[in-house]
Amino acid sequence: MNITLGTVVKGGTSLDYKTGSWRDQRPVIHEDLCKACGQCEMVCPDSAVYVVDEVYIIDYDYCKGCGLCAYECPPDAIEMVPEEK
Amino acid sequence: MSHIQVVEGSEAVALAVKACRPQVISAYPISPQTHIVEWLAKMIADGELETEYIRVESEFSAASAISGASATASRSYTASSSQGLLLMTEVLYASAGLRLPFVITGVNRALSAPISIQVDHQDTISLRDSGVIQFYVESSQEVYDTHIAAFKIAEDHGILLPVMVCMDGWILTHSYEQVSFMEQEEVDSFLPPFQPVNFLDVNDPKTLGSYAEDDVLMEFKYAIHEAMQYAKGRIKEIFSELAMVTGRDHGGLIEAYRTEGAEIILTAMGSMVGTVKVAVDEFRSEGKKVGLVKIRCYRPFPFEDIWNAIRGAKVVAVMEADFSMGSEGAVGMDLKAKLCGRPDAPLVIDFITGLGGREVNKGTIAVIVQKAEEVLNSGLPLPEPCWVDLNPAILQ
Amino acid sequence: MSIPQIARHEALFTSGHRACHGCGIALAVRHILKATGKNVIVVTPTGCLETFSSPYGYSSWGVPWIHHLFENGPSVASGVAAALKAQKQDSVRVLVIAGDGSTFDIGFGAISGMLERGDDVLYICTDNGAYMNTGGQRSGASPTYSSTTTDPAGKESLGKTQMMKDLPAIVAAHGAPYVATASVAFLKDLQKKVKKAMKSRGPRYLQIDTPCPSGWGFPPERTLEIGRIGIDCGLVPIFEMENGKITSIRKIKKKIPVTDYLKAQARFRHLFADKRGQAEIANIQAIADRSIENYDLIRRSSKE
Repeated sequence: MNITLGTVVKGGTSLDYKTGSWRDQRPVIHEDLCKACGQCEMVCPDSAVYVVDEVYIIDYDYCKGCGLCAYECPPDAIEMVPEEK
Repeated sequence: MSHIQVVEGSEAVALAVKACRPQVISAYPISPQTHIVEWLAKMIADGELETEYIRVESEFSAASAISGASATASRSYTASSSQGLLLMTEVLYASAGLRLPFVITGVNRALSAPISIQVDHQDTISLRDSGVIQFYVESSQEVYDTHIAAFKIAEDHGILLPVMVCMDGWILTHSYEQVSFMEQEEVDSFLPPFQPVNFLDVNDPKTLGSYAEDDVLMEFKYAIHEAMQYAKGRIKEIFSELAMVTGRDHGGLIEAYRTEGAEIILTAMGSMVGTVKVAVDEFRSEGKKVGLVKIRCYRPFPFEDIWNAIRGAKVVAVMEADFSMGSEGAVGMDLKAKLCGRPDAPLVIDFITGLGGREVNKGTIAVIVQKAEEVLNSGLPLPEPCWVDLNPAILQ
Repeated sequence: MSIPQIARHEALFTSGHRACHGCGIALAVRHILKATGKNVIVVTPTGCLETFSSPYGYSSWGVPWIHHLFENGPSVASGVAAALKAQKQDSVRVLVIAGDGSTFDIGFGAISGMLERGDDVLYICTDNGAYMNTGGQRSGASPTYSSTTTDPAGKESLGKTQMMKDLPAIVAAHGAPYVATASVAFLKDLQKKVKKAMKSRGPRYLQIDTPCPSGWGFPPERTLEIGRIGIDCGLVPIFEMENGKITSIRKIKKKIPVTDYLKAQARFRHLFADKRGQAEIANIQAIADRSIENYDLIRRSSKE
C-alpha cells in the first residue's frame, strides 16, 4: 500500500479487513423464535447485525463470534454453533 | 509604504504574528519568551487582534493545542524557550510526522541543569532531528521578516511542516531596535489565508494519525526528509519574494559575508553574527583574509549553499553555542559529515562558544581566528572541539 | 438475504476494526456516535481504541478523527475547538474519546487545564481499569485489589492497594457543568447521556464503564452482564451531576454482594485463592457500601 501525506486515510476503510476470519463459533438466529426486539443489533461491538425488512441477519464477513448477541437475546433465539472450516 | 518604529524585539515578533492573521494562538510563559505572548495578549485585550488565544497549562499543551488547530485548518502559533521547548519535543516530532504546519518562536535559552535563563542554542539545536524547519536570526528586523516568511514556508503544499524561528533570549527579545514594518495589505498579498491539504472536516471525514507497521514507517519518515530537501529551494524563493516587497534581503538559507578569497571562514548563527561581522570587517582591514557564513536556516541543513561559500577556503571555524555531550558541537558535526570524503574540503574546527550566556565578543573571535591560523599553518586538524573562554581555574 | 453495502459504509464506526471479541469500548463508541451524529470531530489519545480503529489503511472512523499523542487528548481538543470557534463553525462539535490510562494518569494535567479554561469539549473516558492496550498495566483507575501486570498478585502481594482515583468528582470540582457516568450495560442510557451532553456547551465529562473480556478475564459474551453486576453491587455508580449537584442516579433494584463481581473475573481470582484474600474482599465490600451510601444507590422503602 502506498503511503499518503501525513498518514491520512479515509474513514470506513476498515471494511477492507474481514474480521469474520477470527471466529471459532458463529451465531445462528432462529427466525421462528426471534421477536425482532433489536437487542442483538444493539449489543454487537462490531456492527455485525443488520435488520432488513424486520428480519435480523448476521454479517458473517465481520462477526467475530463473541457471543454477546446470543447471550443477551431475551427469547434465546440465537444459538452459537461451532464454526466449520 | 512601510513605517519604522523602535520596538522591543518581542514586540516585533508579536506584530509580525499579528500581521499574519493567526486564527489560534496558544500561550504559556517562560523566560525569555514571555514578552511575546504578553504583547499578543494585550493586543487582543485592546481589540487590535482577533484570534482564539488559549492559555494552556503547560508547553506540552501549547504545542498540542496548535497541532489540533492546524489539523482543523487554522493558522496557528506559539512561542517557547529552553525547558518549554524540550517539553514540546514529543509534540513537534508527532506534528512533523502528521505534516501539520504552524509557526513557533524558539527563544533561545540554556538548558537545565544547572538551570540558567541566559542564552545559548542548546534548546533549539536539541530539536534538530524532529522534522521541524529551523531559522536563526540576527536582529529584530530579521526576526520580523522571518516570521512572516515562516508561515508561508510552513503552509507550502510541498513542505507542510512546523517552522521554528529561533531568536536569542534577552539579546534580541528584550533589547530595542529600529524595525521597519510592512503594511497589512502587503502582508495579506504575500501571505494568503491558510489552505491545508488535509484537515478535519465533517463534510469529508479523514483519519489522521494511524499507526504504521514496519512495511510503511520508513517511507513515512523518508517523506519528511524529501519535504525538507524540497524546502531548501522553496525557502530561498520565498525569502526572495519577500525581499522584493520589503526591499530588505537577509539572504536565503545562508548569508555569505566577505567570503570571496577568504582563507579562514567563520560560521555562526543567531545574534552573535552581528559581532562576527564587525570582527570580520576589522580583520579584512588588517589584510587578513577572513570571512563569515551566517547560517540562517539550520534545518534543512543547507550544505550546498555553505559549500559554495566555503570552497576555496583552507579552514572553516564553526562557532556554535551548543554541544552534543559525548561527541562534538552539532553544527560542526553536520558540516564535517557532509565534507567527509571531499578531496578539496577545508579543515573544520569546532568552537564551542557562548554557552549559558558567556559573552561572545571581539576578543573571543580573535582567539578563534588565531587558533584557525595555527591550524592553517600546520595543516593539521584539531583532534577535539575547542571550548573557547573555558575557565580551567574553576574546574575541580 | 444480503447485507446492504450502503448500510455498512454509512456506519459512523465501521466493522472490520481489530477490537477483541466482546470489547466494551467498541460497543460504547458505536453508541456514542449514534447519539452525536456525524457533525463531530473526535480526538483519541493512544490506547486500545486508537490502535484497534486505525491501523494504517484501515480506519473505522466515519467522522473526522485525529490521534496525536498519549497525554494530549484534551489539549489537542482545545485546539480543535478554538479553530472551529475562529472559523465560526458552531454546528461542529468536539469529542475526546480516551481510555483511563490517558485520562487518569498521563493526561491528567491536560484535562485539568481544559476544564479550568472551560473549553467546549465533550470528554468521554472509556474506563477498562488498566493500560489494556499494552497488556494490562495498572492505572489510577484500576480497582483496589485488582491484579495488573505492574501490580500483580503474588506471594507477597494481593494487587493494587490504592483507591481508584475519583475522576468524576475531580472533574466536578473544576466546575464542569455536566459530569456523568454510564455503562455499556445500559446502552440506551449511554446514548441519552451523550445526547444530553451535546445539548450544552463548555467542558462536559462522561465516564463509561467498559468491561474488558481480555483484560479482566471473563468470556466475551458476558461483557454486558459483568457491567450489570458491577452496577448492582455498588462498585460502579451510575449518575449524572449538573453544576455540582447530583440530578439522576441509577438505583440498584436488588443489591448483590461484591463477591459476585469479583469471582467472575480473573483479575480478582487471587482473592479467593487463600485466606489473606478474605480481608481484602471485606475491604472491597466496604468500598461498595460507601459508594452506595454516597450516591444513594439503593431504593429506600417507605418504611425507612
